[in-house]
Amino acid sequence: MKSYEFIEVSHDDGVALIELNRPAQYNALNRQMVGEIVDAAESFDRNEEVRVIVLSGKGRAFSAGADIDEMAADNPIRLELLNQFADWDRLSLIKKPLIGAVKGFVFGGGFELALNCDLLIAASGTEFAFPEVNLGVMPGAGGTQRLTKIVGRTKALEWLWSGSRIPAETAIQHGLISRIVSPELLMEETLKMAKQIARQAPLAIRLIKDAVNKAVDYSLYEGMQYERKNFYLLFASEDQKEGMTAFIEKRKPDFKGR
Amino acid sequence: MYETIIYSIKNGAAWITLNRPDTLNAFISQMNHEITHAIKNASLSEDVRAIVITGAGRGFCSGQDLSEVDESMDHGEVLRKQYAPMMKQIYQCEKPIIAAVNGVAAGAGFSLALACDFRLLSDRASFLNAFVHIGLIPDSGNSYFLTRLVGEAKALEISVLGEKIPADQALSLGLATKVYPADHFETEVQQFVDRIAAMPTKAVGLIKRTMKAARNLSFTDYLEEEAQGQRIAGLSRDHREGVQAFIEKRKPIFIGK
Repeated sequence: MKSYEFIEVSHDDGVALIELNRPAQYNALNRQMVGEIVDAAESFDRNEEVRVIVLSGKGRAFSAGADIDEMAADNPIRLELLNQFADWDRLSLIKKPLIGAVKGFVFGGGFELALNCDLLIAASGTEFAFPEVNLGVMPGAGGTQRLTKIVGRTKALEWLWSGSRIPAETAIQHGLISRIVSPELLMEETLKMAKQIARQAPLAIRLIKDAVNKAVDYSLYEGMQYERKNFYLLFASEDQKEGMTAFIEKRKPDFKGR
Repeated sequence: MYETIIYSIKNGAAWITLNRPDTLNAFISQMNHEITHAIKNASLSEDVRAIVITGAGRGFCSGQDLSEVDESMDHGEVLRKQYAPMMKQIYQCEKPIIAAVNGVAAGAGFSLALACDFRLLSDRASFLNAFVHIGLIPDSGNSYFLTRLVGEAKALEISVLGEKIPADQALSLGLATKVYPADHFETEVQQFVDRIAAMPTKAVGLIKRTMKAARNLSFTDYLEEEAQGQRIAGLSRDHREGVQAFIEKRKPIFIGK
């Protein structure tokens, strides 16, 4: 497996793990690190042994945000040419489930990275925030868009304007995260959930994600048409035959991903 | 390092002694900040398995120092900036916190004692929810803890009538863990602290966590929290030691991990 400077990757039993690995800097994201995350996610997306990807951070925090030193002196002309956010667009094209296991600080760019995950599991005590406004700027990697799609305009504006810290208990009330677990068991519980999803028919899992993502952008009518196509498509799979046969025969299905 | 408190670690316990005896250890903002800092230190320190809060001199803590209060100030902001961080630090702390209430605990000093896990009282100590006497309401987490400790009816009496609660009455109300004669208060407290500091600290912390879950969560969510707590405890070294000692018919020696 490829080795990276700012992340660590591994996979076992159908579940791939990408861990941010700059714990001394609370996993502050620099541009190379984002590139590495996207590269690792894409290669796991193509890897047939991998069915689910888990994203987490080493140390006490998931990620305290972007590396400010790297951009303090930047100007718009250079940023436009650099086009750093194109990497983030690639992350949203990952087809397999991306589960985020978050803890400690999930701030700024770290929050945006978390919002790129399909599901989030948070350790109790986790805090989310968009502190960009305190530095005279705003999120640039999807923060204003993805947050609003999830929690609605009112809460999004409140949190983005105040820059204040949102506790996990509040985050779960607004549908931002799926579960809060004990910090000691964050990885254990996340991997348990990941393995559960990894046992399902991979094509169904991927086409469900594909259809749900369309619900965010499409009109209801177009979304319904799209869902239908995916539904029909699954009937071309071996796993559909296996799943329904196993149901009739009252046994557990064995999905092959075909 | 600290000016308004004395912080020391002995026999696995962190001692925080409020040290403004001339004022019966009244709070000034510096003292709140120093207590907050000390609790955080003790929470993070591997050498600490119990935390004791006590007062120097005759009193435990007489509440807010009124000489620091001026009428133009925003009382809400004082609570948010000065008291809430301290109360949150105590509430979040998973190590057992013992209030050794050597003398009067009034106002926010009473609140401080209420936020602790155990209250050991000298028979000369007393509680006083004094806020109403100056036209204010109990603060610093006071009603949150008091209603849970004695029930809403008693909590209301204590808060509205504002009568002094002597140690023996505190014991019968369930506000005191133990009451010791003033003459050997320190020896008795030391023994209690030693006992707590020798316990399986991780399990004690998880018990505290589960109590909060019982208070705040639905039954289904509570059961999940309980399962996670037991999973963590089951992985601890002290659990293995406890089982081993039981099999070998000896006393367990817990290390707090």
